[in-house]
Order: sequence, then C-alpha cells, then structure tokens
Amino acid sequence: MEYIILLFSEIYKIFYVLIPVLVSVAMIVWLDRRIWAFVQKRRGPNVVGPFGLFQTLADALKYIFKEIIIPASSNKIIFILAPIVTMTLALIAWAVIPFSEDYVLADINVGILYIFAISSLGVYGIIMGGWASNSKYPFLGSIRSAAQMVSYEVSIGVIIINVLLCVGSLNLSDIVLAQEKIWFVIPLFPMFVIFFISSLAETNRPPFDLPEAEAELVAGYQTEYSGMMYAMFWLGEYANILLMCALGSILFLGGWLAPMDIPLFDMIPPPVWLILKILFLFVLFALIKAIVPRYRYDQLMRLGWKVFLPFSLIWVVLTSGYLLYFDLLPV
Amino acid sequence: MNIFRIFKTVFLIDFLTGLLIAIKEIFKPKKTLNYPFEKGKISPRYRGEHALRRYPNGEERCIACKLCEAVCPAQAITIESTAREDGSRKTTRYDIDMLKCIYCGLCEESCPVDAIVQGPNFEFATHTREELYYNKEKLLENGDRWENVLAANIKADNPYR
Repeated sequence: MEYIILLFSEIYKIFYVLIPVLVSVAMIVWLDRRIWAFVQKRRGPNVVGPFGLFQTLADALKYIFKEIIIPASSNKIIFILAPIVTMTLALIAWAVIPFSEDYVLADINVGILYIFAISSLGVYGIIMGGWASNSKYPFLGSIRSAAQMVSYEVSIGVIIINVLLCVGSLNLSDIVLAQEKIWFVIPLFPMFVIFFISSLAETNRPPFDLPEAEAELVAGYQTEYSGMMYAMFWLGEYANILLMCALGSILFLGGWLAPMDIPLFDMIPPPVWLILKILFLFVLFALIKAIVPRYRYDQLMRLGWKVFLPFSLIWVVLTSGYLLYFDLLPV
Repeated sequence: MNIFRIFKTVFLIDFLTGLLIAIKEIFKPKKTLNYPFEKGKISPRYRGEHALRRYPNGEERCIACKLCEAVCPAQAITIESTAREDGSRKTTRYDIDMLKCIYCGLCEESCPVDAIVQGPNFEFATHTREELYYNKEKLLENGDRWENVLAANIKADNPYR
C-alpha cells in the first residue's frame, strides 16, 4: 500500500512539471511563429482562439488524425523509436530544472551533468531517425545534425566548466543560489554570448538549421516522417529549445532569483522569474530566426571548433587564474 | 582584415544592428490582410466569375449573337438559340465551362448589349468539377445577385472603354 501511495505521489509530481512544460511548448510554438511573422510585417496565426493562441493545439489535432506512413524499406522498429527517443529525452531533462528553492522534481547533486548527458543523448533520436528512414536526405541531414551537435556540445561543456568554477557545485539549485550577489551574466558575459550561440546550434535553430535546410535536404531527418511521429519530433525540438533557454537562465541569469532584492520584486513568486527569463531568451531565439541567413556547413564547423572552443578554453584559464590569484575559489 | 572589421566581428555589431531593426519592424503596421475577414480592393475591371445580366424589366439582355462564343480563345462558351413567338432571338442554352475559361475578358468586351460580364467575385471554388460547368440558370442567378455591383462597375469603367 505504501508503495502505491509513493508511486502515485511521484507520478503526480511528474505531471506537475510535465504538463506545464507541454502546454508551454505549445504556446512557445505560437509565440515563435507570431514573432517571426511580426518581424516580416505579416500577421501570423491569429484565428484559432484569442490572438490565435490555440493554433498549436489545432495543428496537433490535425497531426493526430493524419496517416502515419512508414516507408517500406525503412527499419521499422528504429523508425518508430526515433521520435519517441527525441521527445522523451527532451522531456526527462526537465526533472532537474529548479523552478524555485523547493519546487524541483529531482534535486540531485550532479544536476548539470545529468542535463549535459541527456542533451548529448538527444543526438541519438536524430541519428536513428535519419538512418532508419533509409533515404538519402534524412541520412545526410542526420549526419550533419550529429556533427553539429557534437561539436557545439564541446564548447557548451567548456562554458559550463567556467560557471562551475565560480560555483563549486554541480547542483543546479546551488548554481542559482551562488548568483544571489551577482548574476554570472555580468562577470562571464562573453561566455553567455557564446553559450547562447552554441545553444542555437545545439537545438538546430537558425542560423544553424542546416540539418533541415529545406533548399538542399527537403526537411533533413524529418523528411520521411508524417502524422503524430512528425509532431513528436517537433515537440521534442521545441522542448529542447525551452530546455536550453532554461539552462541559460539558470547558469547565467540567476534562475528563479529576482533581479534586485526590493519588496516589489520579492512579491512575485520565484517560478515566475524563471519563466520570464526563459521567455526573454526564447524571444531572442525567435528574433534571431527572423533576421539571420543560414550558415554554410564549413562556416559552422569553423565557428564551433576554431573560434568558440579555443576562446572558451582560454576563458577557463582566465577564470581559474583570477579565482586562484584573488583567493575566491569556492570551497 | 583591418582593425575596424575585426572589431565589428568580435562585438557582433552587424548582428546587433539587425536585431535592432527587427525589433523596430515588429511595431510597424502589417502589410498583409486578415483574408477571409477583410479583402483587398478590387478594380472595376476585375475579371472574376461570369454573370448574365437582365434589363430592369426582367428581360434577358443576351440576344444570342454568339460573338462571345466566337471570340472565346478557350472555346469555353456553348450557345444554342431559338426564335421566340414575339420574333426576338433568345438563347435556349448558355453554358460556360469555368475550368476551360482563361478569364481573359474577351466575352465581356465583345458583347454588344453588356449581357455577359465578369464580376468581382473570385471565391467560387467548389468540391467537384461538375459544379464548375455553369449553365444559363446559374449565370442568370449570378447576374441577379451581383447586379448592383456589376452596373456600378460598368459605369465606373465606361469613360475608359
């Protein structure tokens, strides 16, 4: 009996995080399309619901009722598994994101490593989808995507080391609490910029969306997918984008902390601050989608390996030297 | 690479300028229309769905001269005619295959009595091909429905004919 109660309370806690995330994914897709349209002086989706807010739900309904086509020459098990893997991995990473001091599903001590491991696994969904489709465009798209995600993960890892040097803990709540005096975006501003650009590449957003460059690769690894399976890929992609925004706000923008310790700001509950910061980063993501052209593949690789990686490595040396020299190293 | 360009690249100057422009564009008025709810302005000469007009007393204008049938480059119009008791010549059949029609407007121009006209309506998509084979009844019905607009359009376009 106790086990059952425990099980249900855990499931309840999981849904308490999962459902807000899924709903906000739907809203964020709408926001993305709307901002993109506004920059181009279009109106964007504005018919379904107030301001078109339910457009994504209508789209999801459409996807559910569409036929799922599985190519005859595909590897059927892996083909079906790929979108499931992508979506699951994008969602389970949310387990360690702290919304406030006590509102976190799993307050584990290696939270940042967990997120890093999960987001590295995310590339498997794309490789599986591209390979199992047994078609040339998905295959090329997934190769590109894998190379891109692996190279930018390296620089993201080094940037995270910078933050961890200042914190002295791998727990995400500790990382947020370490920013009570000053958000890391101020002392580590160049790292924040590089993290932001790398997370654009990590989530296959423009200007690094060449895995799905429609001009040359149709839709990349999603080409053979249809109906609900396509919707799952797409859900996973946006959940990943939200996750990277959340990670950026936790590592650099002080997570759930208010910008200043004044009574007016203290009245707003902590999760709202985190959501506002995530939204701010996402609006930047969406604006960038509207203004930048797509990178060429060699430019992408050059930026990742020849610019970001050396620069963030040098910054690790600088940070650790500074902390050591002024005896500021956290215990 | 000169110093200025290195400075621009490192501090993402071009990128930030673009971002600023994008933010400015967001607040500018939109160029697109909420299509089904608001529609763009249409010229009086617009060549949309066909209609057969009547005189104010209800008599059909068409005198079955078959000029439109002859001029139609797509041969979309089929006319059959007969003499009525009062000696006037009237159509018994006036079909337009809207799928063949190229909407060139030559039928309207050739008509000596302004009977066949192309109105401002462009929203007549159908589910089946058969619905687009218009007969005389359908065309007259169109004429009755759009008469006010059609008359106004012909009047507005008259000085340029």
